[in-house]
Amino acid sequence: MNKPLSSTPSLLEFEVNGEPVQLLASPQDSLLDCLRDQLGLTGSKHGCDVGDCGACTVLLDGTPQLSCITLALEAKGTHLTTVEGLSQESTPHPVQAAFDEKVAAQCGYCTPGFVVALASLFETNPSATPEDVRRCLGSNICRCTGYTKIIEAAELARRRLQGLDT
Amino acid sequence: MNPADSKKLDGLEKIQGRAQFTDDLTRPGMLHGAFHRSPHAHARILRIDVTAALAMHGVKAVLIGTDLPIAYGVLPVAQDEHALALDTVRFVGEEVAAVAATTREAALAAARAIVVEYEVLPAVLSVEDALAETAPIVHNERRKKTNILRKVRREYGEVDEGLERCEVVLEDTYYYPGSTHVPLETHTSLAEPDGHGRVVLHTSTQIPHHLHIALARVLQARLQDIRVIKPHVGAGYGGKSDPFATEICAAALALRTGRPVKFILDREEVFYAHRGRHPAHMRIKLGATSDGTLTTCDFSAHSPGGAYASYGVVTAYYFGVFLPLPYRLENLRFETSRLYTNHPPCGPKRGHGAIQPRFALEVQVDRLAEALGQRPDIFRLGNLAPPMSETCNGLRITSSAMGTCIEEATQASGFAGKHNQLPHGHGVGLATSAYMCGAAHPIHANALPQSSVCVSADRSGRVAIFSGTADIGQGSNHMLASLVSRTLGIPLRDCTVLEADTDLTPVDLGAYSSRVTFMAGNAALEASNKLCAVLLEAASTKLAMESEALVFQDGRIASATDPDCSLAFSEAIALAEQTHGTLTFTGSYTPPRIGSRFKRESVGPSPAYSFTAQVAEVEVDTQTGFVHVKRIWCAHDCGKAIHPGIVEGQIEGSVYMGVGEALLEEQSFHPSGLHRSPSILEYKIPTIHETPEIISILVEEGDPEGPLGAKEVGEGPQLPTVPAIANAIYDACGIRLTEAPFTPERVLKALEKLEKTG
Repeated sequence: MNKPLSSTPSLLEFEVNGEPVQLLASPQDSLLDCLRDQLGLTGSKHGCDVGDCGACTVLLDGTPQLSCITLALEAKGTHLTTVEGLSQESTPHPVQAAFDEKVAAQCGYCTPGFVVALASLFETNPSATPEDVRRCLGSNICRCTGYTKIIEAAELARRRLQGLDT
Repeated sequence: MNPADSKKLDGLEKIQGRAQFTDDLTRPGMLHGAFHRSPHAHARILRIDVTAALAMHGVKAVLIGTDLPIAYGVLPVAQDEHALALDTVRFVGEEVAAVAATTREAALAAARAIVVEYEVLPAVLSVEDALAETAPIVHNERRKKTNILRKVRREYGEVDEGLERCEVVLEDTYYYPGSTHVPLETHTSLAEPDGHGRVVLHTSTQIPHHLHIALARVLQARLQDIRVIKPHVGAGYGGKSDPFATEICAAALALRTGRPVKFILDREEVFYAHRGRHPAHMRIKLGATSDGTLTTCDFSAHSPGGAYASYGVVTAYYFGVFLPLPYRLENLRFETSRLYTNHPPCGPKRGHGAIQPRFALEVQVDRLAEALGQRPDIFRLGNLAPPMSETCNGLRITSSAMGTCIEEATQASGFAGKHNQLPHGHGVGLATSAYMCGAAHPIHANALPQSSVCVSADRSGRVAIFSGTADIGQGSNHMLASLVSRTLGIPLRDCTVLEADTDLTPVDLGAYSSRVTFMAGNAALEASNKLCAVLLEAASTKLAMESEALVFQDGRIASATDPDCSLAFSEAIALAEQTHGTLTFTGSYTPPRIGSRFKRESVGPSPAYSFTAQVAEVEVDTQTGFVHVKRIWCAHDCGKAIHPGIVEGQIEGSVYMGVGEALLEEQSFHPSGLHRSPSILEYKIPTIHETPEIISILVEEGDPEGPLGAKEVGEGPQLPTVPAIANAIYDACGIRLTEAPFTPERVLKALEKLEKTG
């Protein structure tokens, strides 16, 4: 007989984009599903659900994490940032502004993952080199752009954040 | 261009994660769908038992093939599919049953609980299998008991005589593998009933209009009782140009249960949905006369194309019809076929049907140039078809900047100084191509426009643009807004684009065949020009000036000579509305009647062709066989770039996809018909580390019929990438690779052979 999936939800308390959040999560729930289905934060995407593509990247205590292969309950007590938390509509994050100026989003499905990963890189390594940027971008897959405009945008953001460019 | 207008219309909402894709939509009481799939490549369904599944917690409905018995297909000539296999399964992974349940987990569990009894049949898994005298027949229900979906044989000019007159004739065989699109967004659909018998389907599609027709057919519903809406789409590259089981089952289950139903394929399932590049076994004989004139081509291509037709009939034609471009060939013969096999069905992928023959042709052209002692660029430049000419198979060439493209790409790359001159292991290669700007003849033969656009001006000064076409990330919404805003002299942000909603937007056939800019663009221009005319009339009366003396700029209608004499755009709207009522105008595009010189030739003619030249620079590690593509220069004749950044993006994406197919990508199967690599980890696609530097060169000489002179850019630039890399590998180390992808194994094998034969 097929047994119903056993799952006793437990309380998950954490901070999402600066706001305290409480919700019930089952042991098997992915962090990505929790963010999307319970909190309506749909900027992080399902691309592969096995950690291959990077479209679900979020920041857990500032560190990029693939939310599709992270259990929701692992986020207990953490500070979590999603793409929605990087900016307010009127003031995009410098990485987002650079992506906009360089037309670096085509279909846009992978874009939040790239933006989050880059924002974290520049936050944790203020003197990141172009080589660091390339290494960082290697964790995400884009199928539209050939990465060309993404590299240009990342480079523009890097130079601006490091005061090399205005 | 106004700096604010250089940003893509929907850029920021995507970059900030606000853009809504189908999976981002949710509805109260929404059910989740899941499929039960075939484990066999070919089998008869003897019995399906869904009782256990139906009894499971949360399960609301189960569908099997007999619930949806009417066959469909995107082409009217090949209606051979069912959303759920009717009595036979034809590939591993084919949908057999669909479940709707309260959670995705419950739906997946119920799909697993469905029991299907099969009688396993011998499978057809190669060209040889398909054509064997005793071959099992993939589609036994067809009148013709053969596995040939379509065979095409054509001859233009006199090929045998032409070859006899040639000084050099080279003949070779080539193989191009199947590959798949891998859009980051998997196929996703959400259907909701409206409570009055209608169903609304939100879905990630490139073809809202054709899907609308297929849904009405399969659901036996009136077209006006179905509404198809395309939210943001996480790309397609051709992979979302068919009606899919997700779409039909979501709609059918929503009607059955009276509740919204969402399907989202997991990544593995996308490899079974497929509709990707057709593998092609090719033979080419190419001849030139002693003075270096390319005159004659004899070509064949046969494709084991999978279990259903999809666009396969068209593919068989595309294999042959574009071969003369961009050259001045006198004689062409081709014999091509698209076969049924027990694989996931192939379909259209970027550069549909033209990528494979272009590989064979452009490598063969390179060989011919060498045999004649000419540099590859010089040889090509000497053989180009001029603008305003016709190919031997009757394709009408209007604008062509092919020569400029070759010159720009070779100059930028320093080709002349590198070809045949770089150290061993380093090389450059050139290839050229041409591609259509939409098919002149629509899929459903009729005299209706291929695209219509409605433009509506509000008293506020805002202009709404309604178009049935599908922006799938390529930027067609921006293109429409840009054309309209430029015509009306208003900022881009004052335009709203409403697209791809069959209740609200006029018909456009969809985002395929690189047709959108040329066709929807021209329709939008016509509509906005009509709006311009009434606004001019109103402004001319108000300002007491001849309308010829007025211009649209900066949100005003002003005297061309006296800027102080002007009228706000919104004021002109109010004045015109007093005379004409609400200002709504339509424009449409129907291609000119072309391609009629040869009877029956409806595939291949296009209102215009784009042209591309590419130079690849590679480094081959002759110890490991590893090919490193360092740089690709791509000069593309796009007519005129409506938005240079978006045009470059299309070039970069095309070249990227070509690099993937050149080095890594191959859709391959176990002898059982099971897919070898149905995940992003196993099916290798280039990350940033495998992607070369791509230098885009826009060649803008303009097309007489394109909207503001524009031509296509979404697909053409992928055509030369693989042969340019192949030719560069030859320049680097003397091996002619005739099978893609150019893996280390193939490179080493060829190097070994070269060493043995000298």
